[in-house]
Amino acid sequence: MATPPVDRTDDSTLAPLPAGDAPVRPVVRGVVAGPEHIVACHDCDLIVSLPPLADRALARCPRCQFVIHRGAHHTIERTVALTIAALVLFTAANAFPLLTMKAQGNETVATIVSGSRILWDQGNRGLAGLVLLTTFVAPLLHSTLLLYVLVPLGFGKKAPAAADVFRWIGHVRVWSMAEVFVLGVLVSLVKLADMADIVPGIALWALGLLIPVLTASLATLDPDEVWSRLDRSGEL
Amino acid sequence: MKQRTAMAENLVTCHDCHKLVHLPDGHDHGTRCPRCHGALHFRKPDSLQRTWALLIAAVVLYVPANVYPIMRVTSLGRAQADTIMSGVVHLFEHGMWPLALIVFFASIVVPMAKLFALVHLLVSVQRRSPKKPVERTKLYRLTEMFGRWSMVDIYVVAMLAALVQLGSLAQVEAELGAVFFGATVVTTMIAAESFDPRLIWDRRGRPKHSEEHSKTHG
Repeated sequence: MATPPVDRTDDSTLAPLPAGDAPVRPVVRGVVAGPEHIVACHDCDLIVSLPPLADRALARCPRCQFVIHRGAHHTIERTVALTIAALVLFTAANAFPLLTMKAQGNETVATIVSGSRILWDQGNRGLAGLVLLTTFVAPLLHSTLLLYVLVPLGFGKKAPAAADVFRWIGHVRVWSMAEVFVLGVLVSLVKLADMADIVPGIALWALGLLIPVLTASLATLDPDEVWSRLDRSGEL
Repeated sequence: MKQRTAMAENLVTCHDCHKLVHLPDGHDHGTRCPRCHGALHFRKPDSLQRTWALLIAAVVLYVPANVYPIMRVTSLGRAQADTIMSGVVHLFEHGMWPLALIVFFASIVVPMAKLFALVHLLVSVQRRSPKKPVERTKLYRLTEMFGRWSMVDIYVVAMLAALVQLGSLAQVEAELGAVFFGATVVTTMIAAESFDPRLIWDRRGRPKHSEEHSKTHG
């Protein structure tokens, strides 16, 4: 029977280490007063004693320069606000035409999902699935799951299975490629403008606004803070 | 101040929630994070083997992705199939060089650079190279960050197919090359994810601690 894992996150003395041999500090600008805690660098495994950070301050690993932590104050409130904004823009991006093509008296309207639908109809089901996953399912899932965890947490409550859901959010994020999709739409727009009348629709503007909002929401999210709040909060 | 790694102290960082967990036995097999229930590993399991396998798969997929056309444009009964490269050349010939550059970078430079970067990282780790660990770690981070941009060409094919559907007058269809290219992008993304950059730091010269050595291979 193996000894069960022991939580050492909040143990800044780090019992198994020889006394008087303090861990190194990160390269950091903008430290605020408070207790330090021990973390290991994600990219090189160096043990680092991390001080609490000022808003938007960065702590870099002294060995490999990985950004170990990013100060993000009011992380839940700000991320919830930005995620709601992102969902509104995403809804608009799906409800309105993305590009409209006029040629020989015909008018074709493309939305975000119509690309995958056409690919599916043409028999390219794998490709259709990949496009749908990265431009529709993953962005939508990412935002809604984030709200599912963060909104109750803002009230000090933990939604059912919140820890598992928050763990999955990290995996979903990798497959959400809205920013790459926007570039793809712009390339198509310029490419077709040569041979037909192409009108950019409201959805393209909504998508264009969505990118900075998504970037900002990533910057305001402090997963470490969310995890420690999940530890402290009672069930919903 | 002495530099110590978490693994040497029997500490493991949860890959999912970054919690630092103490495993007193030094065995990570079958352990779960007390906070998020994710599986705990000192290092990503079989990182080198998995990354090599996925990388070789990606190289194999990348060949048909470039040989087969990615889309077929039918216009007034005349069909024209474009591969990734011929698409870029067409854009250049039509004077759309900014566009040609974007597609060239996203579809050719990024995937190739990613494949070479991963091979370099794998080989240097296996040779226990002590050279430039900071630069190699940065190279890994760039590889992870830029891989997704290769999807641009897939989205262009999808948008063109969605817009140009005037039956016999004009139609755009995705072709086999696009399927292989999509598979290449996905495979390289998973390959990059399987690589553990901490191995760059573990394996610099001969292993000092036999304990650390056994854990890496355990």
